[in-house]
Amino acid sequence: MKISLQINEGPYQHQASDSAIQFTKAALAKGHEIFRVFFYHDGVNNATRLAIPPQDDRNITEQWVALQKEHNLDLVVCIAAAQRRGMIDEDEMKRQGKDANNISEGFRISGLGQLIEAGIEADRLVVFGA
Amino acid sequence: MVKKFMYINRKAPYGTIYALESLEVVLIGAAFDQDVSLAFIGDGVYQLTKGQDTKAIGQKNFSTVYMALGDYDVNKIYVEKESLEERGLTLDDLQHLVWEDEDEDWAEKDSIRLVSRAELSDVLDEQDVLLSF
Repeated sequence: MKISLQINEGPYQHQASDSAIQFTKAALAKGHEIFRVFFYHDGVNNATRLAIPPQDDRNITEQWVALQKEHNLDLVVCIAAAQRRGMIDEDEMKRQGKDANNISEGFRISGLGQLIEAGIEADRLVVFGA
Repeated sequence: MVKKFMYINRKAPYGTIYALESLEVVLIGAAFDQDVSLAFIGDGVYQLTKGQDTKAIGQKNFSTVYMALGDYDVNKIYVEKESLEERGLTLDDLQHLVWEDEDEDWAEKDSIRLVSRAELSDVLDEQDVLLSF
């Protein structure tokens, strides 16, 4: 089955990201295809490469990046939600004249159309959080 | 391929950003020529109330955007009857949302469909994609 995920909450404050990572691993292990993971609302904060969780805790962004590398996942951060919350990649940093960027490798920024397309193309859209 | 998309709105318009960002998805999604409907349940029914004034809370009043949904061909708006009643609201407390039917010489029609909880559960069952906010 072809599955898309929508992640609506930031890491750590909510368990939604952890559940989504575990769901992704389980679905891939069963031979399903993950069409796309779309980060919306505070979910865009999953993509920061600047978070420093305590050493005895999990690093959620790094878990996403590891999964992305291993399975070539399409991790998409909503640009409208990201800009509101100061999540910005190098291109946007230059375009907006900002002095820093924080989007991790493995994630790409794009529009809400990617969420609709994820709903159209996948057999199931599974929503985590909110 | 046309799929049935339903956006389920469950939260009050202010207090959290879910309602506003749901509306942003609806407006973008309207360009994809899918079969779109919206449901308002729980505190989500407050999103459609008329006479909203946000000046005192310093937030953008986006309630007028719902009036434009008909122009985006978003004209199936389900409001759960019990959710209204539980909050002491009636249809008269909501904005009058309409759309123009191209097939009937642009006759103006109501977009809001008042449905019971049981009826709404049947409508949910018919959908291909449910996005809940």
